[in-house]
Amino acid sequence: MASKFIKQTIAEKILTAHAQKSVRSGEVAICEVDFCLGQDGTSSLIIENFEKLGVDKVYNPSQFAMFIDHSAPSPNTGVSDIHKLMREFAAKHSVKISDVGCGICHQLMLESGSMTCGNLVVGADSHTCTYGALNIFSTGVGSTDLAISLASGKNWFRVPETIKIVISGRLPVGVYSKDVILQIIKTITSKGANYKALEFCGDAIGKMSLDARFTIANMSVEMGAKCGIFEADKKVIDWVFRRSKRKVNPVAADDGASYEDVKEYRVDSMVPQIAMPHEVDNVVPLEEVAGTRIDEVFIGTCTNGRLEDLKIAAAILKNNKVCSETRLLIAPASREVFLNAIKKGYIEIFINAGAVLLGPGCGPCVGTHNGVPADGENAISTANRNFKGRMGNPNANIFLASPATCAASAIAGKISDPRAFSRRLK
Amino acid sequence: MRHLSHRLRRLQNNVNTDYIISGRYKFRIRDARELAKHVFEDLEKDFYKKVRKGDFLISGENFGCGSSREQAPQALKATGLRAVVAKSFARIFYRNALNLGLLLLECNTNYIDDHDELELDLDRSKIKNLSKGINIACKPISALAKKILADGGMVEYFKKHKGRIEIEA
Repeated sequence: MASKFIKQTIAEKILTAHAQKSVRSGEVAICEVDFCLGQDGTSSLIIENFEKLGVDKVYNPSQFAMFIDHSAPSPNTGVSDIHKLMREFAAKHSVKISDVGCGICHQLMLESGSMTCGNLVVGADSHTCTYGALNIFSTGVGSTDLAISLASGKNWFRVPETIKIVISGRLPVGVYSKDVILQIIKTITSKGANYKALEFCGDAIGKMSLDARFTIANMSVEMGAKCGIFEADKKVIDWVFRRSKRKVNPVAADDGASYEDVKEYRVDSMVPQIAMPHEVDNVVPLEEVAGTRIDEVFIGTCTNGRLEDLKIAAAILKNNKVCSETRLLIAPASREVFLNAIKKGYIEIFINAGAVLLGPGCGPCVGTHNGVPADGENAISTANRNFKGRMGNPNANIFLASPATCAASAIAGKISDPRAFSRRLK
Repeated sequence: MRHLSHRLRRLQNNVNTDYIISGRYKFRIRDARELAKHVFEDLEKDFYKKVRKGDFLISGENFGCGSSREQAPQALKATGLRAVVAKSFARIFYRNALNLGLLLLECNTNYIDDHDELELDLDRSKIKNLSKGINIACKPISALAKKILADGGMVEYFKKHKGRIEIEA
């Protein structure tokens, strides 16, 4: 029940609808939650805390899902025990579990049809903000908060102030939404949107595919944001309509809504960007670090492991070989992405190029298994975090970039500008 | 509530949850005391051995940014730390620490050096730096947060209030 008098941002409107009273930024509200999720790094604590709450059943088993993606297939007995615990909990409470090989929780959530525009979703994973691209208020929480929502169907929320991000213009060939969001993170910094909602708009967004928008929404949390929400245009409505049986009721901001800040970005002359070790906001134009030796390349993750990302990588890698001194690892974000990439011929291109294909999942991003770099090695990745030790070795360096930059760098064995492949990327 | 601390650790800005507890450990270790042995391991080996029960951890801006892993405040708490004092905290970490009953205080930590003795006055939202003879104002903790902390965390709060969360109007 949005107020007739108060002009609201998208975040205020969605929380108002779920609090069943009009709320403004800065207030605290109890809201009903539409969907909850946990993954294998957070679910053992969810289960442990849930069982301590003295509640015997999940509030709504059809609105909770668990995903085995971060460390899957299991690399050791400790992880195997956690996976087993999750499977047993899922069976006992009749909740959905996506097991090893299904893919990354966020991609599966997007594909699942279990959410629609205007929903409020909490996930025990910080990149839950990815669904903002579907006009959803989705936010990462810890395991106890998730357990509380699991038991009660609700939680308390501080209604965030909103920073509006206007992105306009046409992206040059070889420059992608990943470069745009890295540029935005550089200017806002890793703490600049702490506790805030981001609202992304502008004509450049309209021209982007949903895969490209998910990349932007996904990295909202790298600025500390609680969520990164987009308006629902035709592309969003079509996506939700195609996958979900739920009603599609888009939520738009009111004219005259109150924003804490408005930031404008023009993308027409943007160039490829690189986040340097060991901070995501340590971003420089690619040309400043071109030629840096690269030992390992990773294309995948909830940021950039989707079909469009693999299409771009395949366009560059076709009839080329990965540098003999470099390893290229590729993990499709989900089984659906993997199957489509097979149908389109991308996987054959990758294998011919000398890439290693990993099963759908988080892959080497979080350093629990697969592709841990050696001491002193440089890795370039399409992921969202390059913290020291992130990929499993604190003595390695991680650079972040677009799938195009990563593919071009894999061929050269050093950081390389994908615009050299412009004719293939048009 | 008054508390005397004798030792401190000072860390930089943007201390992320990967640094607090690496993904290498959070997936396979479930015992908080075991996890505590790996706190800040990628920044400083054997950090946990230097923590004495009741210590304050001092940091800069945006402490706890990054992943939502609740193992971060869980492992910090298990080292015996009394509180984390920082210029600001990242959102998810703040909630997670609160939910586990780990005290977080926001103030200007420029007025605190390593090994300064501190006395906490939670009722008045201030830290007395006894070594420097100054009072440092802390951002007041919300009424709901105080209640959750007083109950020892969100699980206890939830049980005590039979699932009802009381927010101030």
